[in-house]
Amino acid sequence: MHRLPPQCKLLAAAAFAVAVVATPRESFWAFGVYALLLAGVAVAARVPAPFILRRMVIEVPFVLFAVAIPVIGLGERVDVLGVSLSVPGLWAAWNVLAKATLGVIASILLAATTEPRMMLLGAERLRLPRLLVQIATFMLRYMDVILDQMRRMRIARESRGFVPRDIRQAPVLAKSAGALFIRSYERGERVHLAMLSRGYTGEMPMIRELPASARQWGAAALLPGLAAATAVLSWSLT
Amino acid sequence: MTATSLKVSSLAYAYPDGTQALFGVDLTIGRGERVALLGPNGAGKTTLVMHLNGILTAGHGSVEVAGLPVRGDTLREIRRRVGLVFQDPDDQLFMPTVREDVAFGPANLGVRGAELEQRVKDALERVGMLEAIDRPPHHLSFGQRRRVAVATVLAMEPEILVLDEPSSNLDPASRRELAEILRSLDVTVLMVTHDLPYALELCERSLILSGGVIAADGPTRSLLADEELLAAHRLELPYGFAVSAH
Repeated sequence: MHRLPPQCKLLAAAAFAVAVVATPRESFWAFGVYALLLAGVAVAARVPAPFILRRMVIEVPFVLFAVAIPVIGLGERVDVLGVSLSVPGLWAAWNVLAKATLGVIASILLAATTEPRMMLLGAERLRLPRLLVQIATFMLRYMDVILDQMRRMRIARESRGFVPRDIRQAPVLAKSAGALFIRSYERGERVHLAMLSRGYTGEMPMIRELPASARQWGAAALLPGLAAATAVLSWSLT
Repeated sequence: MTATSLKVSSLAYAYPDGTQALFGVDLTIGRGERVALLGPNGAGKTTLVMHLNGILTAGHGSVEVAGLPVRGDTLREIRRRVGLVFQDPDDQLFMPTVREDVAFGPANLGVRGAELEQRVKDALERVGMLEAIDRPPHHLSFGQRRRVAVATVLAMEPEILVLDEPSSNLDPASRRELAEILRSLDVTVLMVTHDLPYALELCERSLILSGGVIAADGPTRSLLADEELLAAHRLELPYGFAVSAH
């Protein structure tokens, strides 16, 4: 898993998500199969369950939204523990929750087995828009530099007695943000000069070849392949 | 007479807002020389450097690198021949790993595969940073980053290495290490600095750029021994430091 070329994994994760989303929500068993497939991948990649669970916190806003649907939903209602809930709402909530959870877990597995840098190289191999990939590459490189600059500015503010207490201090923070933006912008210009000086002509040269063999593609196709078969089966059974 | 690496003739430049920065600069650097370009802040040092690889184009006069004039149609080759090392290594090192950063220049020149890998390794070897090849630049110390920055241009096999304030922000040990590396390189060097002891340590010959012209050109030692000359161009040796002319 960790050694598969990133473009295979990216495509596999995307195809898996498509298969999950395309599955009718009534096919409970199909979602069980997807969950088992992901569990299999997690075991094969040796990603521990607590690691996945901790990262699933990112899904919380969706969960809140899903929980709200049956309460505010319209149509036929049913009483659960004394609370009146909408039946179509329950179906919609189940649909959102199940599909989002499976998608999130697939992404977590992808992220856990692929370095950010490799992810971008994979995206480049998949012919995603080059400009977007370049922007993401620079973000990866300069995130720490800019965070460090932000930290130094905060220390400089606090060394001169600034304590952010309430909304009245907001203008100071806004000005700091503005200064940070200008500094980053100027850095961008200097970086561009440095790139020009080393022969940049508007296109990033392909520095790392990342060939994927047919076997690797085959291995990566296993998960979305099984998922697609499940999705097709679930449609034919309904 | 040895071959000429760099020849600048009556170069003048004014910024678009009308500020004149260079008023006719003439200088010649022979192959294999290490020359310091000294001058106070605002003397036009950076402006001059930007002309050497065609980032700025001459308002008047010309720049030639090993006989090739800097022009629109020669830019690619000029940028291979002139290796510019910027003052802030965070500007110079923009790729996610050291390996990719050092490979960026030669890859732009069309070098690929095993040869590219070899160039990257050789360049890092020459600055003693080979073990950092797979690390991200922001995990390196400042001195290490500056050395990698030097490697990024060495990988392009330049005719002349141009360093903008190479000793700035370095602690004494990193400063000495960089000096040893620069001395070990078999390449023409133009070092832009106002760190006079560093110029004395590394460069036999110095130029003083002041008010947009070359105000003095001679052996570093005799220029630094001339207190009046230094004072006239806002240059000073550090406290407690004296240079005798011999």
